Amino acid sequence: MANPLALYTHYVSISLRSQMQYRVSFILGTMGQLLGTAVEFIGILALFDRFGSLSQWSLAEVAFFYGLVNVAFAVTDMLSRGFDHVGDLVRTGEFDRMLLRPRSTVLQLIGQEFTLKRFGRFFQGGGVLLWSTLYLDIAWSPAVVALTAVTVICGACFFLGLFINIGTLSFWTTETLELMNVLTYGGIEASKYPLAIYRTWFRRFFTMVIPMGCVTYFPILAILGRPDPLGTSLAFQYTAPFFGLLYFVLSLFIWRLGLRHYRSTGS
Amino acid sequence: MIQSFVLPYTAVLSARFRMILQYRAAAIAGFVTQIGWGAIRVMAMEAFYRSTNAPQPMNLEDVVTYVWLGQALLGLLPWNPDTEVRTMVRSGTVAYELVRPVNLYAYWFSRSLAFRIAPTLMRSIPLALLALLFFGMQPPASPEALVVWLAATLGAVLLSTALTVILTITLMWTISGEGVALLVSPVIYILAGMVIPLPLFPDWAQFALEILPFRGICDAPFRLYMGHIPITEAWTVLLHQLIWIIVLVAFGAWLLSKATRRLVIQGG
Amino acid sequence: MPVPHILVENIVKTFRIAQRRSGLWGAFQGVLRREYRTIKALDRVSFELAQGELVGYIGPNGAGKSTTVKVLSGILVPDSGRCEVDGRVPWRNRIANAANIGVVFGQRTQLWWDLPVIESFDLLRDIYRIGSGEYERARDELAALMDLEPLYDIPVRQLSLGQRMRCDLAAALLHAPSVLFLDEPTIGLDAVSKLAVRDFIKRLNRERGVTVVLTTHDMDDIEALCERVMVIGHGSILSDSTLDDLRARVTRERRLIIDLLDDGQAIEDPDVDFISRSGNRVHLQFDPDRVQTAALISRITAKYAIKDLYVENPPIEEIISRLYDEHELR
Repeated sequence: MANPLALYTHYVSISLRSQMQYRVSFILGTMGQLLGTAVEFIGILALFDRFGSLSQWSLAEVAFFYGLVNVAFAVTDMLSRGFDHVGDLVRTGEFDRMLLRPRSTVLQLIGQEFTLKRFGRFFQGGGVLLWSTLYLDIAWSPAVVALTAVTVICGACFFLGLFINIGTLSFWTTETLELMNVLTYGGIEASKYPLAIYRTWFRRFFTMVIPMGCVTYFPILAILGRPDPLGTSLAFQYTAPFFGLLYFVLSLFIWRLGLRHYRSTGS
Repeated sequence: MIQSFVLPYTAVLSARFRMILQYRAAAIAGFVTQIGWGAIRVMAMEAFYRSTNAPQPMNLEDVVTYVWLGQALLGLLPWNPDTEVRTMVRSGTVAYELVRPVNLYAYWFSRSLAFRIAPTLMRSIPLALLALLFFGMQPPASPEALVVWLAATLGAVLLSTALTVILTITLMWTISGEGVALLVSPVIYILAGMVIPLPLFPDWAQFALEILPFRGICDAPFRLYMGHIPITEAWTVLLHQLIWIIVLVAFGAWLLSKATRRLVIQGG
Repeated sequence: MPVPHILVENIVKTFRIAQRRSGLWGAFQGVLRREYRTIKALDRVSFELAQGELVGYIGPNGAGKSTTVKVLSGILVPDSGRCEVDGRVPWRNRIANAANIGVVFGQRTQLWWDLPVIESFDLLRDIYRIGSGEYERARDELAALMDLEPLYDIPVRQLSLGQRMRCDLAAALLHAPSVLFLDEPTIGLDAVSKLAVRDFIKRLNRERGVTVVLTTHDMDDIEALCERVMVIGHGSILSDSTLDDLRARVTRERRLIIDLLDDGQAIEDPDVDFISRSGNRVHLQFDPDRVQTAALISRITAKYAIKDLYVENPPIEEIISRLYDEHELR
């Protein structure tokens, strides 16, 4: 009798084995991922070479933002490709097959693909993160270590919530992937710099509507031990990641609404 | 006579257009995405420019225009191979393409041309209008700049299509329908000027960036538009594009003949 | 009367479909404004199936067959009407219902494309929460019935269509469902595989009492398997009866097939209609109400030099096609 976790492990092992059948494609894919995120970082390096600093932020600090966000996102990216494909699955009828099985659709979609090549982003982000800590003077107290772990986990959950949103939207329109890219990849793009450099409307959007800042900017300030130019308290910075978790729960709820719509329209 | 010769290519072009236009949501989504990305990049550049008083190879106003042109014309970048051929490679039906009584290179070129132009056309004009009106994008530096920019954009389209066809052909060496394209597209992306404007790269990198074909897709046309490259030097941009188009088309045609020979020998 | 295993009562289901305009200009317009039209996929569909029944469910494409199956399997929620499968409302208890039904689509496999067959089976064990003892028993039994063991280690993408269908049938039955929906299970199969699949379905139904709903375009499937046939068109059940009754209702005519000794002859008789001729073989048609079969045969054998002669029912395809014509389908 398989509980959801055992079933998920089974899915992952199967997914890995099918990917290993296309080894060349896997290697190229991983390198492509690595390169894709690396060029962004090269851009950052080039800009720091020209401008010296970004407002009051140093290259090492920006690198820490960049690295942590990419690590959290890469974890989700590995798990949640299935939600990206909901539109295709609906078109081909595969999604109906999932509904024919006595399991939750969310579990089946997460299990659909464990995208190993996303390790490219993970390694690249992790590398930049480690490199940045060499130049930063972070006081690694137990609280800061715990906060770092919580930030990565809640960040991954938050991004998973975004991917679930992408899947949910596919019940209404066929090609929605790109729209949500504003939030996923656009959010990553934005989060590689401290939220403080952006305009007010933008900061508000990524704090209050889509709480991306809560799993990146605010806790990272506490980790770096920097006061917030925006004036938030340390207590808020420590609790902020949980808003990401909340967003994830909300996304699951909206998914259920989308599923209900799909099952009444069949489109 | 000419009509019947061109017909298969125009037919595939028109069919492709219609298919792509059907995806209304994709058009709107792409539009919103591009604006979001543009806004993020512009704000980041603003923050960098706030950090220094030293003169830069490009002023902020030009950088903003550069970013928005890039967002509007993003679809022109040869960032992925022809998805239809990818499907054919995956299902093993690509051999049927060889049976068509047409020049395969010209056929694939026409299809990739539509593949590049149709989605771009849909979103570039409204996006550019919005950016001009609300987001600080500047109009062309002069009527002459507009003319040379349009000419260079045509060159950029052909250059990009030639690269797309090459990416597409490389698929035929793989089973999964992925491959070199995955590695090449991030490189093209940064070398064309989409990550940051090319003039902002360190000075030691400038020579190589000037020589490579990729600046002809984004950077050079954009800078003609804003007068950052003077009209008197426009011919160098166009010549640079022309030389690379000829080289890449010749290379693509050669590569395709190798790929098809290989396919015939292996029996698909 | 016992409680029906599957109960469908006045199910209505409508869809809204976006209209596509033709041509390049139409596509441009479609980007800006889209028109919709409503279609009734199911219009008060009702039927009952007893436990262990095997029913053929036929109709032209788009008539509502797959919509019905989707409602019964809990994928789609109908606009109105009542439906129970083994005592459960499918769309309200999707998961419980799913554990009790098996579904096979002939056009699509539910197996994992790149994996050996056995690994798909193992994964389904976990998905359906089948105990390992039960699983092995069910798997081995199905394997013995359809000779699957040699296929276990082959990736699904390398199976022939017939092999794949046998594996798909097994995959749908590992969890011992009491209801099986089969959608075109013999499509594209070679003759031998078709027979094997039909034979298996028949045994499954007879020996285990699995209730089977079979949608197909292959009338040989119907003839070989189904006593009862439901015909759907335009979202309504047009006919629900035994195959013989359906035949009798649609047409009384019989076929008379004659092999002549001498191919120059033409057969003329006031009570028969000529249909076709190939070489020495002549196909004729007559109405047994107007002329007694025995009398007709003796009259013709007396008049012409005949090598052989048979009387047949018209093929089922023709009956269905007449039924469609009657209702102006197609």
